[in-house]
Amino acid sequence: MSLIHVEGLSVSYGARMVLSDVSLRIEPNEIVTIVGPNGSGKTSLLRAIIGAVKPLAGSIVHASNLKIGYVPQKLHIDETLPITVSRFLRLPGGLADVDYALKQAGVPELEKEQLSQLSGGQFQRVLLARALIGKPDLLLLDEATQGLDQRGSASFYQQIETVRKATGCAILMISHELHVVMSASDRVICLNGHVCCEGAPAAVASAPEYRALFGTGTGGALALYRHEHDHDHGDHCHNQDAE
Amino acid sequence: MFDDFMVRAALAGIGLAFASAPLGCFVVWRRMAYFGDATAHAAILGVALSLAFSMSIFVGTVVVALLMALVVSVLSEKGYAMDTLLGVLAHSALAFGLVAVSFLSGIRIDLMAYLFGDILAVSRGDLSVIWGGAALVVSLIGWRWSGLLTSTLNADLAYANGINPKREQLVLTIALAITVAVAIKVVGVLLIAAMLIIPAAAARPMSRTPEGMAIAAGLIGMLSTIIGLQAAYVLDTPAGPSIVCVTAITFIFTSFLKLLGHRR
Repeated sequence: MSLIHVEGLSVSYGARMVLSDVSLRIEPNEIVTIVGPNGSGKTSLLRAIIGAVKPLAGSIVHASNLKIGYVPQKLHIDETLPITVSRFLRLPGGLADVDYALKQAGVPELEKEQLSQLSGGQFQRVLLARALIGKPDLLLLDEATQGLDQRGSASFYQQIETVRKATGCAILMISHELHVVMSASDRVICLNGHVCCEGAPAAVASAPEYRALFGTGTGGALALYRHEHDHDHGDHCHNQDAE
Repeated sequence: MFDDFMVRAALAGIGLAFASAPLGCFVVWRRMAYFGDATAHAAILGVALSLAFSMSIFVGTVVVALLMALVVSVLSEKGYAMDTLLGVLAHSALAFGLVAVSFLSGIRIDLMAYLFGDILAVSRGDLSVIWGGAALVVSLIGWRWSGLLTSTLNADLAYANGINPKREQLVLTIALAITVAVAIKVVGVLLIAAMLIIPAAAARPMSRTPEGMAIAAGLIGMLSTIIGLQAAYVLDTPAGPSIVCVTAITFIFTSFLKLLGHRR
């Protein structure tokens, strides 16, 4: 049975429709990535799944006892709020396996640090640890590598893959880094207010709807690439997929 | 021992410090300082209405402070610029309150007592109201502590944990209204925000966890009350403002210590 079944979901902020008639399912143990231009409703979709925005129409059905771990897009910790990593991880549950979660996230040494003193990369790992601490069945990542450099985000996504292997959780993530999307996802959903197209990475990359959004250049998948190095890498992957 | 007015005053101040410590921490963390001000200033309108309708002042101020806090909460969600909105509401509530008081020609009231508190005139009845209110505030915040803290960190994280941040905000709003009503007798409407913010701010440099900060703020508030009252007695200064002065000096002291710590 699906972990999450979204059916005909519409979301609006005031008069502005951000999502209309979106349907999707997330199955156990798969990695699904949502791509789409800015303002295409990616974050709204995740926020609707966690219950932070009320749908205008449609339904979101969670599997019974589904545990969700959520890594928000950005999190500002006010300088006036003193809090250690371990206290942060134990919110709001109280009893929790802090060691386990930090190890899973690859930062076992941060337990006693103040949250406001962490670097960007460390902070994202701690957010990941917090999402993992409840042993979730589904992990939601909203551009979790924003603000990290190439190496930082590559190692972050490696960690995600490790986490999936270790815990067997499914992952639904938003990413702008299309080379990651194309290599690490089982399925890609291309979103622009509605679901433009979805399927295996290679299939989506060659879909006309996707090309319309991201350009037709080198197979569409590469339209957002900024670095020559990644360009080659992604191109290579894509050609392999296409063959 | 309750016969001594100084003992009653100290107990009243300690009661307020007890309630305002955890609440004040949230006011600081959530950047609600001005929000506290607006709620407190509205309380003077509550005093006028209570006198006009011969209600208990505690009930009148709780109701008006709560209404004010709710109005601010709702309007801020509608996307008004927060500092402007609070500036308008806080000061107009105070002005309307002062004007309303002047209409009460039949009743002689000491306005200064409500603006700056009259801690030396605290009666046994006042004490039970203050401690009842303080106990209510502390148990309310203690009960919701984890949820409040999670929603303060990030609203979406709270939702993902099944916590409704709007409900938690309401809890804080109610606690704030009760604290305002409790504090009127102790420091008066103009200095309530000081008792919320200054002990919490003074506790910040020496705290590593949120809980530690709340406890430290409580201790600072209580100690400041006792020292401030003694100082007021010896120097013949107004008691409420003297207490606030001691908290402010503590703030300077802990900030300075932190600075020295960084130097090393």
